Amino acid sequence: MNQGALSGFRICDFTGQLAGAGATKWLASFGAEVIRIEDPVRQGRWDILRGMEPFVDERRGVDMGGGFNNHNTDKYGITLNLRTERGKEILTELVRVSDAVTENFAAGVLEKWGFGYEQLKAIKPDIVYVSNCGFGHQGPYSSFKTWGPIVQAVSGLTFTSALPDQPPAGWGYSYMDHTGGYYMAMAIMLALIHRQRTGEGQWVDLACTEAALTLNGPALLDWSVNGRPTRQPVQPSSNRSRWPPMAPHGIYPCAGDDEWVAIACRSEDDWQTLAAIIAEPWCGDDRFATLADRIAHEDALDAEIGDWTARWQKFELQEQLEEARVPCAAVQRPQERIDQDSATQNFGLWPTVTHAKMGEVRVDGQPVHFSKTDWQMERGGPCLGEHTEDVLTRLLGMTPEDVARLHEEGVL
Amino acid sequence: MTALTGLRVLELANERVAFAGKLLADMGADVILIEPPGGDPARGYPPFLDDEPGDDRSLFWWHYNTSKRGVSLDLAAAEDLRRFKALVATADIILESEPTARLSALGLGYADLAALRPDLIHVAVTPFGHDDPRSDLPITDLTLMAGGGPPWSCGYDDHSLPPVRGSGNQGYHTACHFAVLSTLTAVLYRMTSGEGQFIDVSMHAAQNVTTEAATYSWLVAQKTVQRQTGRHASVNPSGETQTLCADGRYANTGVPPRFPREFASLHAWLKELGLEGQLPEAVFLEMGASWEGQFDLSLIGTDDTVTAIFAAGREALQLIARSVPAYDFFTGCQRAGLAVGVIYSPEEAFEDEHFKARGFQVDVNHPELGRSFRYPGAPYALPASPWRIYRRAPQLGEHNEEVFGELK
Repeated sequence: MNQGALSGFRICDFTGQLAGAGATKWLASFGAEVIRIEDPVRQGRWDILRGMEPFVDERRGVDMGGGFNNHNTDKYGITLNLRTERGKEILTELVRVSDAVTENFAAGVLEKWGFGYEQLKAIKPDIVYVSNCGFGHQGPYSSFKTWGPIVQAVSGLTFTSALPDQPPAGWGYSYMDHTGGYYMAMAIMLALIHRQRTGEGQWVDLACTEAALTLNGPALLDWSVNGRPTRQPVQPSSNRSRWPPMAPHGIYPCAGDDEWVAIACRSEDDWQTLAAIIAEPWCGDDRFATLADRIAHEDALDAEIGDWTARWQKFELQEQLEEARVPCAAVQRPQERIDQDSATQNFGLWPTVTHAKMGEVRVDGQPVHFSKTDWQMERGGPCLGEHTEDVLTRLLGMTPEDVARLHEEGVL
Repeated sequence: MTALTGLRVLELANERVAFAGKLLADMGADVILIEPPGGDPARGYPPFLDDEPGDDRSLFWWHYNTSKRGVSLDLAAAEDLRRFKALVATADIILESEPTARLSALGLGYADLAALRPDLIHVAVTPFGHDDPRSDLPITDLTLMAGGGPPWSCGYDDHSLPPVRGSGNQGYHTACHFAVLSTLTAVLYRMTSGEGQFIDVSMHAAQNVTTEAATYSWLVAQKTVQRQTGRHASVNPSGETQTLCADGRYANTGVPPRFPREFASLHAWLKELGLEGQLPEAVFLEMGASWEGQFDLSLIGTDDTVTAIFAAGREALQLIARSVPAYDFFTGCQRAGLAVGVIYSPEEAFEDEHFKARGFQVDVNHPELGRSFRYPGAPYALPASPWRIYRRAPQLGEHNEEVFGELK
């Protein structure tokens, strides 16, 4: 365990997938002791990422999932069968020595096992309990099930990612599993700060859909204040910008197969600079004279710009426009932004961790650096039950023999 | 008191960090938004109240600056610089996204500020990291996201269409989420150690670690995901999950039925809608419903019966979707135990009964207009430490007298 900003905090962690595991990954990377509790009967497969691709080699199984390793660095992993009385007693003892209990099960699951907030509070009065599920524990849809794309669909985020005359594009990944995890980590720390200051614990009922709905604020105010819906007869292109208005503003083709570049002109100056680089007669068209003109003729403008960008290699164009100080970025492929991008490399964004079975694997780091207590990532995600003996002997005073017996009895 | 009561944040106005300031202010921090005398450019961003541009009419500004107090200061002017330094001495946190050399040139680098307030937490949010020379290049949300990864994964099966950047300044939001996570982490550390520190947030790095399998498919297996219409970008193409419903709205069909009880519910619903005759494969739904034990999902594609059962499940979902409005499809599937979602526009979500029942719509008073408006509410509910919009966004220099009056 590293000595970090959050050293000394212990989290009794039932989270999984990304929406939950991502939250406690942040805490672990700053030194919190995060103890993942998993079900030995189902081999921890509630977290489907345990056994899912990508894989480092031909080996498969619950310890080999690449995504699981990525989201669970520096956590401890224990198994505990909560169907047994002894399992429940051990969990009770663990809660007693923990600062927070975290989970992202469907609503009501932990309570069904006998560890709802009231019970947790009875065990440890100042416990922080943070639950994270799609629609939250209260409200008409609290029994509904979600995963990232469903959260994005219901909250408006899928709808607002699209090209005209096309179905919604959505996000292409679980933006709200990542972001739900960020809000969950914020909620945990806010509740811990509150507890440090007042001595009081609480239950935070986080609904991922609600966190998602806060991410389209100006559009919601345009609706509630001006009565203007986002759903219009012709849907706008989300690659364009209306708030603030900018044109040109889009993603344009470059030379090669599936190569693209993003260009944004924030101002008349940006446009004049770009037009001088393009230096073609159409740049002087009356149709493109002012921002209002360019927005009125944006399809034609985008077609002209696309014809021009298609003659460029994307990184050469990026370099040229960077020199001219017009906002521009190549649409980077994973390989490009990970292995060939000095900004991520120099930032140390891809640390290598050691996993008990996979060996050395690179993972997502944190996109921040602290001058005194920076994050660290060393260990990969725990294999199933990897730290059961360590945690139970160290925290609960059991002997290795006790642990072996509990294994035999099906408690661990 | 709430979690952040009494913590003072000085936010140097910049659209890149406005959301981080709002998240802290709505949790009770005393966020003082510092604008140049001419005001922050985002005050001029549409949409506007009643579509009329004007001072304090930008809804963009309203949203991102709730609960903050506002002062105006020209940091290049000696008297204002003195005031700013006096404010720093009272502050716990500085949140800024200035050009990387600007504050040091003004004698306001982290070392200077820490001399005024030793336990200061200084959060600097820059495009590529504070030490990267490219951080002083101009960026927008679009270029940030394009370079940082999300659009590569987002778009359509037809790759002649460009990759898509989701709207709503989500790239800035992601950077702001990390600015807030960092702030809270540093606050917890300061509570035990008494120490502040400098925090370097890279907006580009924030996008890079918010792309799910696109990144770790490369890190782990050197494989590249490809974008697909309305579903996860993937190394291997996957089946469609987005479908047009009878009312012209779309739904995300999520994970198709996998358990016998799900096949049973789907079959029953099909019959109830009188659609069974239109699905010749309905017999496979019945087989799925009466299956013993769990399905071995690895047999899909190799075992004829299992393959046919799962294909029938997807067909049945598509057929029902085409026959009922998207909302009915969503709630009907959910009641059958299937994780399906209606693809709402933001305002449709805002007006949905579930979010209303949870109190998501909150009234914010604008006293000078004599009106209240419905704002989006809390991202999380902390009952002992409630989220709240304390006041509407500040007018330019609205709290100059109040804030400067408190200084010695």
